[in-house]
Amino acid sequence: MLMNLFKFKGGVKPPTNKTQSLTLPIAVAPLPSRLVVPLHQSIGGTPRPVVQAGDKVLKGQLIGEADGWISAAVHAPTSGTVLEVAMHVQPHPSGLDALCVVIEPDGQDEWIAREPVEYASLKPEEVRERLQQAGVVGLGGAVFPTHGKLTASKTVPMDELVINGAECEPFITCDDLLMRERAEEVVRGIGIFRDLLQPKKVLIGIEDNKPEAAAAMRAAVDALQEPFLVVQVPTLYPAGGAKQLIRVLTGKEVPASKRSTDLGVQCFNVATAYTAWRAIAHGEPVVSRLVTLTGNVAEPRNYEVLIGTPMDELLALAGPKADTDGIVMGGPMMGFLVPQASVPVVKATNCLIAHSAKLFPPKAPEMPCIRCGSCAQACPHELQPFEMYWFSRAKNFGKTQEYHIFDCIECGCCSFVCPSRIPLVQYFRFAKSEIWAREREKNAADQAKIRFEFKQHREEREKAEKAEKLAKAAAAQAAKKAAEAAAAAAAEAAGSTPPDSAAAPVATAVDAEIDPKKAAIAAAMARAKAQREAAQPKNTAALTPAQQQEIADIEARREAGSRSEDQGSSAALAPPTSPATTADTSTPPSRS
Amino acid sequence: MELLLAIAVMALGAVVLGAALGYASIKFKVEGDPLVEKIEAILPQTQCGQCGYPGCKPYAEAIANGDEINKCPPGGAEGVQRLADLLGREVKPLDAEEKPKQIAIIDENTCIGCTLCIQACPVDAIVGAAKQMHTIIAQQCTGCELCLPPCPVECIRMAAIGENIDNWKWKYPVVEIKAMPLKEAA
Repeated sequence: MLMNLFKFKGGVKPPTNKTQSLTLPIAVAPLPSRLVVPLHQSIGGTPRPVVQAGDKVLKGQLIGEADGWISAAVHAPTSGTVLEVAMHVQPHPSGLDALCVVIEPDGQDEWIAREPVEYASLKPEEVRERLQQAGVVGLGGAVFPTHGKLTASKTVPMDELVINGAECEPFITCDDLLMRERAEEVVRGIGIFRDLLQPKKVLIGIEDNKPEAAAAMRAAVDALQEPFLVVQVPTLYPAGGAKQLIRVLTGKEVPASKRSTDLGVQCFNVATAYTAWRAIAHGEPVVSRLVTLTGNVAEPRNYEVLIGTPMDELLALAGPKADTDGIVMGGPMMGFLVPQASVPVVKATNCLIAHSAKLFPPKAPEMPCIRCGSCAQACPHELQPFEMYWFSRAKNFGKTQEYHIFDCIECGCCSFVCPSRIPLVQYFRFAKSEIWAREREKNAADQAKIRFEFKQHREEREKAEKAEKLAKAAAAQAAKKAAEAAAAAAAEAAGSTPPDSAAAPVATAVDAEIDPKKAAIAAAMARAKAQREAAQPKNTAALTPAQQQEIADIEARREAGSRSEDQGSSAALAPPTSPATTADTSTPPSRS
Repeated sequence: MELLLAIAVMALGAVVLGAALGYASIKFKVEGDPLVEKIEAILPQTQCGQCGYPGCKPYAEAIANGDEINKCPPGGAEGVQRLADLLGREVKPLDAEEKPKQIAIIDENTCIGCTLCIQACPVDAIVGAAKQMHTIIAQQCTGCELCLPPCPVECIRMAAIGENIDNWKWKYPVVEIKAMPLKEAA
């Protein structure tokens, strides 16, 4: 069936070097001496370890539980004993450690009870759930959890499902071999994706340098009577990039700011489809993958490798030549030298290339940019690498974003064609990670500011609430005192003329409602006075009537004396305490 | 007569333009001080008080009023540089030692649950209650060290945030990455 293909701009044609590893069929790699399984093997949350040192595990047993929706579970690749859950160096350009489960195989390779289910009986959400539990992630290299991509956009109808079998990077042949040997299961896996996404069309893109794979896939599609279209796309690096393949097959261009589902298209790798089928129909979680061993080795070949196999042990199967001085994970365009030869194979490992100075001669030193524009012509995203290079180099990150640095897929075409041998991609990676770091810092600072302001706001509110409470209590207290004083005054009124002391608390009670602070003070004063009054009679409470009479006499005399002393001057201002103790001490105060 | 007309025209123009300016000054009045906000956006919001002000905003206000720009150790030399760029001032070396970013860690065995650190934390990054063990929410901790002095049992220490795969950054491409020799495959 003929189909109108689109084109992407740019691209390069590096020597493919694929034939070396295509001569032999897929072999199963023997059990390694130990397996180091990193817990964080996908984009998203880091799975939590659910085993500890000393545990016996079976092949396919859960060892890392998915953390959140965008996260995928991790499983024991073979049966054996957990030696430790510890930090180990990762196959990552940083050479840093991450948490790994180390398993010593027992040689039995005994599976857990696998539960093959009738696929047709499952609801869509159950399928997604199972894929997450089985640790199915994008095996094309991005390792995005597959179940997270299997929900169609609510607003945009799903037009095309693109299956990526292009495998454009030189040296790598694992997808090619997978399609040749296991096409049927790949197609069945694509069927699962199709059922979940309900696209109008399913397009399987395969580069035209893999006619055997395309033929095998066509045969499988026909045999299963699926309406999938196997399309051979021109061999041009990076036709296997998801965005490029979508462009070639559908003509749609996916910007960095959007997801492909927003444009009604979704893309999966063929190996992902294969593992999805194994997970659903056979109950087998992702514990192994195909890895191409090639480069400076005696016998390049594709192996089915358990996740966690140390790379040096694995590469030994292909017989690395004496001058091998490193291992490149991935292809020569986008891959990187692993920091240690003993790092484990992970779900993202599609190829190991034995590195030698002969195979990859060291680059001559970098020369200044001559603004020839070759990089702009080679860029498959129609970016201007030389401009981004200037700004990255000058650490002018705002400008790099203006030139759409986040649309860069780091394919390496620009570095490949640069006549000055400038490591352009390294500059872009530097700029991107700096921008991300700044973004993180900015977010943290914003968060801290919000929390700080909230704390201040809360403290002020609490203070106000406390003051209000105090004021209320004080007002209540003052009112009580006033009532008491009024009662006392009324009682005293029977004996002698009440002094104006009774009027004062009433006044304060009225004031209390106006000014809480004043009220508090007034209340405190009233309390103190009450205490004093209460305390004073206590001294005389237990006395005989004769003694009391005596005291009364003395008091009366003293009173008379003091009255005559400051007559006229301060009599009116006499402290309210003195009238309380005037002549009428014989009447016992009701308050004692 | 002509003289009067000219004066009248000029006066009219002055009144009209004056009214327009007056209207604009009310209509387009900028609330708050935009400079303070810009300065505050550069400050790292650790709220640590190492500058001598009770928080980042007061320091931002102080800078706007002419205080030195090199008093913020968490902002580092880069922060000073950005402030200098913003304000057109000269870059000065930081007046304190620049520390790597760190977070506080409570030794939970020693903690007596006094809540003093909780009260001291400017961003509410400590959880706990009276006579209960306290702990730090690592994501929210700004590393301001304000919880260290109030702790009566000295159970809080600061730990630098190490490099991990999540926060690792690609380095500026100057040094060529050299291949490690492959371990002798048996």
